[in-house]
This record gives sequence, structure tokens and C-alpha cells, in this order.
Amino acid sequence: MNKLNKDNFKQDSYKHGFVTDIESEKIPRGLNEEVVKIISKKKNEPQWMLDWRLKAFNRLEVMKKPDWGKVKFDEINFQDIYYYSSPKGFEDKPKSLDEVDPKLLETYEKLGIPLKEQEVLAGVAVDAVFDSVSVATTFKEKLNEMGVIFCPISEAIQKHPELVKKYLGSVIPITDHFYATLNSAVFSDGSFVYVPKGVKCPMELSTYFRINASETGQFERTLIIADEGSYVSYLEGCTAPMRDENQLHAANVELVALDNAEIKYSTVQNWYPGDENGKGGIYNFVTKRGLCKGKNSKISWTQIETGSAITWKYPSCILRGDNSIGEFYSVAITNNYQQADTGTKMIHLGKNTKSKIISKGISAGKSSNTYRGLVKFNRKAENAKNITQCDSLLVGNTCSANTIPLTENNSNSSSIEHEATTSKISDEQLFYCMQRGLDAEQAQSLIVNGFCKEVLQKLPMEFAVEAQKLVSISLEGSVG
Amino acid sequence: MLEIKKLSVSVEKNKILDNLDLTIGSGEVHAIMGPNGSGKSTIAHTLAGNPNYNVDSGQALFNGKDLFELDPSERSLEGLFLAFQYPIELPGVSNASYLKQILNVHRKYEGKDPIDAAEFLKILKEKSNRLNIPMEMHSRFVNTGFSGGEKKKNEVLQMDFLNPSLVIMDETDSGLDVDALRQTSEAVNQLRSSDRSFIIITHYLRLLEYIEPDYVHVFQDGKIVESGDKKLAHKIDKEGYAT
Ligand SMILES: Nc1ncnc2c1ncn2[C@@H]1O[C@H](COP(=O)(O)OP(=O)(O)O)[C@@H](O)[C@H]1O
Ligand SMILES: [Mg+2]
Repeated sequence: MNKLNKDNFKQDSYKHGFVTDIESEKIPRGLNEEVVKIISKKKNEPQWMLDWRLKAFNRLEVMKKPDWGKVKFDEINFQDIYYYSSPKGFEDKPKSLDEVDPKLLETYEKLGIPLKEQEVLAGVAVDAVFDSVSVATTFKEKLNEMGVIFCPISEAIQKHPELVKKYLGSVIPITDHFYATLNSAVFSDGSFVYVPKGVKCPMELSTYFRINASETGQFERTLIIADEGSYVSYLEGCTAPMRDENQLHAANVELVALDNAEIKYSTVQNWYPGDENGKGGIYNFVTKRGLCKGKNSKISWTQIETGSAITWKYPSCILRGDNSIGEFYSVAITNNYQQADTGTKMIHLGKNTKSKIISKGISAGKSSNTYRGLVKFNRKAENAKNITQCDSLLVGNTCSANTIPLTENNSNSSSIEHEATTSKISDEQLFYCMQRGLDAEQAQSLIVNGFCKEVLQKLPMEFAVEAQKLVSISLEGSVG
Repeated sequence: MLEIKKLSVSVEKNKILDNLDLTIGSGEVHAIMGPNGSGKSTIAHTLAGNPNYNVDSGQALFNGKDLFELDPSERSLEGLFLAFQYPIELPGVSNASYLKQILNVHRKYEGKDPIDAAEFLKILKEKSNRLNIPMEMHSRFVNTGFSGGEKKKNEVLQMDFLNPSLVIMDETDSGLDVDALRQTSEAVNQLRSSDRSFIIITHYLRLLEYIEPDYVHVFQDGKIVESGDKKLAHKIDKEGYAT
């Protein structure tokens, strides 16, 4: 279909690649006990928190890095990374938006998240994390009135130690695997949410992660607890400047849903993917896990993964409560030299637990896109059910798509339905749309958005339109 | 309107059209008949710019512009519309949003603002009504799981939205039942005007009884072997293509 593609499209698609010129304070490079202590001290943490970190750090020294992902990259030198960087003068966190450095506000404005405006207009509460610190959290008071706690995790450690102690590491144990343990040792900031019994959180909560400083890793930690009968919808967004170097982002996200509670967690991941020759970009090695602890609880993950040089993440659900439900809706797009190895794990422990997986992988350029999933039914998971649907769409002939769905069924009364398809955007479809006046890019974007529709419509309304645009932008330059 | 000169076209190295000449004036309706495989769809797709069809030689001027210099979307924006013999499915794309999007790219080309939601809905109802298309169809995905008749009606609906100056209908009548054929023909007749021309590809006289052609051409082996007026269609209906 080369003839439909007379023009070569420009490769200026990453709109968030700028650097904010702001002085940052970094602690010395490298990973050692001292660094862990400094981070803890910077955050003014109590002794129990430091002990927790050190436990992780000591463990880390004997752990091996996972090597089973279908991703290739040069060995990361963990001694070469800065583990903490904050905009200067952030020792005392500003109390309100008026005290925040205008340069930072401007950054978020440029990223399309005008914090001040969002506070007033959009009705979405935002926690903005810049490198290793949270710079602003909006709507705190309003949420407080309902008893909803939404704050940086560093603040929660100070103000709500009983909750943090009880739940931090309860879903992702300190010793889980190398990157999760690394995060436990050096995590800097992230969001904390607690929704009390019976409260339906009245607005979308969202955290916006921004990596700005160079040679710096971002290790955020998010913990969300939905108490009995509560509901919360949470969204995270991520961007980073364009740089030739690879930067590491190793986050841990833990969700806990108690009886009859529901957590909806959406991600629009748009880290810098590297340039068209595969230089630079973020290594996104993330551990996300939700525990449906109570009966009738529900956790659903929705992810739109368009960025990063390498994406390696498997948002998972542990369905412990009887009748609990886990869902995973994913769109992963790779272009140029991007690599994605992503999927989910659904671990069915309780009776009548249900899980649903819908994964849409789109590969273009010379990229590689793998769905990797595990559905496991324990012996006691009577009448558990899973439905898995994995669809791959190939754009061009130089990319690859793989589907690796693993199952482990130890329960006689359970059922797994699995469907997988691989398709290409057909020349016929492109020609049909172009005959109606759409140009090649518009035609492709229409078809791709159609392909992802089931997942996109799971996003909160406010973000669905943005995500559609992002899907189109991510594939720019790949027609033909 | 359209002037085709000495056009030769091949598909995967097979020569299909051979030195074809055809001129279509403003407001004229030309019917093309001919046995299966004689090259009728080939001329339609070649004019619309399907990249599977290679123009080996010859020329096509569309309102004075060299058609083969334009890509398929430019031809569409310039006013050329092809109603497909086999409309293509677009899973996940709702028919309503698709219609709106194709309408808006044409509006943009004409320097108009995107249509507002209420106005679009009004026009959609009106035009669907005329073709006896239920509104429910628009929340389904484009052509996906549509019956043969629904697909063909959807082609005519798109034509109605885009206001083309040259319409090529490739066997739009096959797959339509008697009522649908009448409704579609009536819709097409309403669109006939002195500045809109039609090329109607069909096997059947019954369509040409509704939409009266000014000229009838018979295709055979990639060439026009006979041209005439409406009477030629009657003759073919009686005697077949055999000569
Ligand atoms: N995509 C294609 N690949 C190979 N041959 C084709 C293709 N499309 C059409 N042809 C051949 O071109 C000739 C004309 O086809 P077509 O124009 O579709 O005929 P008609 O529409 O008159 O039935 C036939 O011999 C057909 O087999
Ligand atoms: Mg045909």
C-alpha cells in the first residue's frame, strides 16, 4: 500500500519532551545503605519506615534480576543512577498552589494539566509528582470532608502511620522480585488514597508523574485502600523529556479492596519512547498488584501503554474474597524500536471469583509487542471463571506480536475461555476510508481506534478523548 | 466532467483494461453493462485510485484535473464517489461517528466548520428515512455484520452525505430486494442534477428502469464493444451479451 503513503510523515510526535529549567537537588549517585538512609531522612520518616526500607535493601543484595521477559536491553548500572532528585526548595512542601514555583505550574500547564484550572473547572483531584517529590495535591479539603484521604505517600507515612503500616507491602511483599524490592528500598513519592467505609469517592483522583531531572530514576509508590462498600476511580498519567539516555522508572502500586468495595485504576502511560532509531527512552519496569481482600470486591485495571522504550508490567489481581471480580483492559502500542512485554495475572483463591482480560496489542515499525498472562485457579476457587481475549494488530511487516497466555487450573468446577486473534490493517480498509476523503493517517487512526474501542471506553470520560488522540499520535509515521 | 483517454490498466501484471476511451458530460448518467470479469469493477477502482490497479498508460481528466496525480482521498474531496460492490467492514467504528467524520473532512476541504451534533443528527435522520434505514443501524460498526442490502444502502447514504459530482455505483442493485431497490433508486434520482454525473455498473435492466441512463455501454474483455442509449439495455436483457 505504499502508493497511499506518498508523503513521509514527520516524526515530531512526542509532545511532552521538553525539560523544565529548574534547579534540582540530587543526592549522591549510586545505590547503597547510605542512600536509603538519606532518602528516608529527606522524607523525615519515622524509624519503622527506615527499618522497612533497609530490610528491602538488604534483601536486594542477594536478589537476581528477572530475565524472562521478551525484552532486550543493555545491563543497567544501578550505581550510576541518582535515586533522589527534587526541585530546589522542596524541603518544606508548599501548603497551597499559590506557594508552588510558577515554573512547575507552567510545566503542568504545558503538559495539558493546568493544576489551578483543574482545581476549579474539571473537578478532578490531581497529585502532581515531579521527579521524587509530590509538588501539589488539589481538592484535598473537599475530599477530607468526606473522609477520603488523598495525599503524597510521604505525607501519609507521617499522618496515617497505622494505615500505611497495615497495608504497605501487604500486596507486594518486600521480597517479591528485584525491581519491586528495589522500589521498596528507595521509593521516593507517589500517592496514597484511603476511601472510608461506604463512601463513593465523588471525583476522579489522578496522579501525574513527571520525570524531569537527567540520569535520575523515578521510584514511585502508590497505595490505595478502599474500605468496605466504598468506590474509587483513580487515574495516573506519565511523561518525561526526550533524552538520549535511558531512564529507569520502577514503580510499585498496591491496591486493597475490602468487602463490597470497588477500585477502578486507569493508566495512560506516555513516557518518552525513544527516537525513531531506538535511542533513549524510559525503561518502565513496574509492579502493580491489587488484592480483592473482601467478599464481592472488585478491582479493574485499564491501561493505555503508548510510551517507554521498554514496558515490562503485569497489573494483577489476587481474588481472595468470595465472589470477587478482577478485570484487566489493556491497549499496548509499540512503534519504531519500542518493546512491550505486558499482560496480567489473575489469581483466583475465593469461590465464584471471576476475571476478565481484554488485551489489544498494536505493533508498528520495528517494535515488539508481547502479551503475557497467567490465569490461576487454586483448589478452593470453586466455580471460578475467566474470559481472556487477546487481539494483536500489526502495522507493516517489520514488527512482531506474541501472545503467551499461561493457565494453571487446580479447581474442577472452574472454566477458562480464551480467544486470540492476529490481524493486519487491510489495504482494503485503508482504501475504503480514503475513498471517503480521509487521508492515510486519519484512516489508520480510525481503524486502530476501532480496534481498541472496547478498552478505550473503559476509561473515565474525561480521559477517553485524550487517549484516542494519543493512540493516533503514537502511530504517526507508521502508515504503509 | 470526466474524460478517459486510451486507458490501459493491469492487476498483478494481468492486463485488464485495454485502451479504453469514455467521456462523461455534466449531469449525464452512463450505464455500464457486461459479463462477469469484463473489467467493470476495474474501471471503478482505477478511477477511485485503488493502488492494486496499475495504470499502464492513458489519461483521465476529472473536471480538468489529471485524476492519476491525486491520491484516493484527494479524489474523494474533489468530488469522486465510489459505491463499492463489496463494501468493507470497519469493526469497532460506529457508523454514526464514521459518517460524521467523513462528512467533516469534506466540510473542512470546503472551508466549513465541523457540523454540530444536533444538526448532524437531524440530517442523519432525514437521509436515513429516505432510504428506509433504521437509526439503530448507526450505532453498529460500519458494515460489520450488515446484510447485503444494508451494506448497499449504507453506500448510498454515504454518497448522499458527501455530495459528490461524479458517482460510480458498482452493482449497487445486487443484493437489494424489490422494495429496497425502489427506495435506493428514488434516493439516487433525487440526487440527479445537471452538475452531477453517474456511472452505473449493473447486470440488470430493472435498475435502469428506475434510473434512466442517457447512455449504455457494453464491456467485454476490458473494452467497450458497443454503446447506445437505453434501448441497448433492453436488447441485452432479451438477448444476453453473446454476439
Ligand atoms: N485483485 C485482483 N487480483 C487479480 N485479478 C483481479 C483482481 N481484481 C480483478 N481481477 C481480474 O480482473 C478481471 C476483471 O475483473 P473485474 O473488473 O472485477 O470484473 P467485473 O467487475 O466486470 O466482474 C477479472 O478477470 C478478474 O479476475
Ligand atoms: Mg465487479
